[in-house]
Amino acid sequence: MTPIHHLGQVILEAVSLVGDLVLFGMDMLSWMVARRVRGAVLWPVMYQVGVLSIPVIMVTGAFIGMVLAVQTYDQLKMMHMETQIGSVINLTLVKELGPVLAALMLAGRVGCAMAAELGTMRVTEQIDALTALGANPIHHLVVPRFLACVLLIPMLTLFADGVGILSGWIFSTQILGVDSFHYWYHSVKFASTWDVMSGAVKSVFFGGAIALVACHRGFRSRAGAEGVGRAATEAFVYSFIAILLIDFMLGTLLMRLYYVVWLPFGLP
Amino acid sequence: MIASTTPIIELRDVSRHFGIQPVLRDITLPVYRGETLVLIGESGCGKSVTMKLMMNLLQPSSGEVLWDGRPVRERNDKEITRERLRFGYLFQGAALFDSLTVYENVAFGLRQNTTMPEPEIRDVVVNRLRDVGLNANVCEKKPAQLSGGMRKRVGLARALALEPEVILYDEPTTGLDPIMSDVINELILQTRARRQVTSIVVTHDMHTVRKVADRVVMFYPLARLGEDESQIIFEGDAEDAYDFDDPRVSRFVRGEAGERLMELAAE
Repeated sequence: MTPIHHLGQVILEAVSLVGDLVLFGMDMLSWMVARRVRGAVLWPVMYQVGVLSIPVIMVTGAFIGMVLAVQTYDQLKMMHMETQIGSVINLTLVKELGPVLAALMLAGRVGCAMAAELGTMRVTEQIDALTALGANPIHHLVVPRFLACVLLIPMLTLFADGVGILSGWIFSTQILGVDSFHYWYHSVKFASTWDVMSGAVKSVFFGGAIALVACHRGFRSRAGAEGVGRAATEAFVYSFIAILLIDFMLGTLLMRLYYVVWLPFGLP
Repeated sequence: MIASTTPIIELRDVSRHFGIQPVLRDITLPVYRGETLVLIGESGCGKSVTMKLMMNLLQPSSGEVLWDGRPVRERNDKEITRERLRFGYLFQGAALFDSLTVYENVAFGLRQNTTMPEPEIRDVVVNRLRDVGLNANVCEKKPAQLSGGMRKRVGLARALALEPEVILYDEPTTGLDPIMSDVINELILQTRARRQVTSIVVTHDMHTVRKVADRVVMFYPLARLGEDESQIIFEGDAEDAYDFDDPRVSRFVRGEAGERLMELAAE
């Protein structure tokens, strides 16, 4: 096989994968609209995605806040602007790093677990068993996971933002010696409602992407431990790529919207 | 009106491939109401795929699957889902839902497809578990806490919960000790006697074949067949298979390797 053949094969596989993912997503959306998910199915998934993710999200948020303080303090001090550190930490946190890093952490914790669980269900014929017992596997397995991620990942992101803001403030004021009044004064001056909202909007899409990619890889898992392991790895890698892609596209779109919609109306 | 001679399930010239790998070729196989049909053959010859095609868990690449003489493809998704409930499927590894208890597994189909109140569901679950020789104290256990034989029996109880007309058993005795294998064979016979069901059994176990089969069909792997050869190399009574002219059949049922080891080495 020549390199050209190889390149062609890789492109064909990528196109086929994206096409299959889109069809899978459309199938999921049609089932989500067609029939309500039973609470008995939805609540355990929400518990898995939401409640059990709180510890890792706390750790992620706390360290983002402190790392941002460490990284920016020296540069700002050189310019005698260390009191501005709050604005840098909080703006970066709510607008970019909070949503992206929380989503990446959740792609690892939630996405991989979903892909491995559904992959195991696929190879042990549990998905066929659902069909045999009159349940649609997309409606029964994918829709609740998608809903849980879309609803709870933004909440977890806001929680990570909150913990990050708190840890950044504590570290800056208690360890680095920045004045607390100036810290909050500059924070409020620079970080707007729009910044918090744009981070939350992004996280809704990140949540959807994580659920869809993870469920898709689980459903397409190959047989054996290797197949399930591969599905979990692919779920993380593809979610990672999807998160970065969505972050770039939504970042660009939201910036345009800010200048076209938000600013002209003088919103905060 | 469905004539009594109309097969309850029929495969007509069905072929199925996975990617470029053909597994079944031009299979025509009727299953008649009330009979116990046993499918035998080497691993990888397409027996389990045939069962999944019968239940429309897989779709044929070409040819047709008919339920009560009417092609499945003429039915819409809702109809297929509803009609599929006439079939109970005991999966090879039982395929119990790991996250649910035994009770929830057996109750799953009832909760999903009926408006039966919970006390009635409980009665059905306990009765079905009793039918397969399990008592109510397994209800709260998770599948991981059960032995292989218990898992198969819970799988059978789950398949029976919706009172199906046809039960498909995919290698029901594989991985079980001889006593538990015979327990499963007895359950297959008891289920047929109590409920007048049609049974389709995929197995390698000749003890099961001799004990439960009304009719035996033997498949042969497509990879070792010529272009014009039929994939079904035997159809008839279990005892006739032992004296059948074709050595591929008699060797299989007697469990004799013959030249197979040499053939495997040459492949």
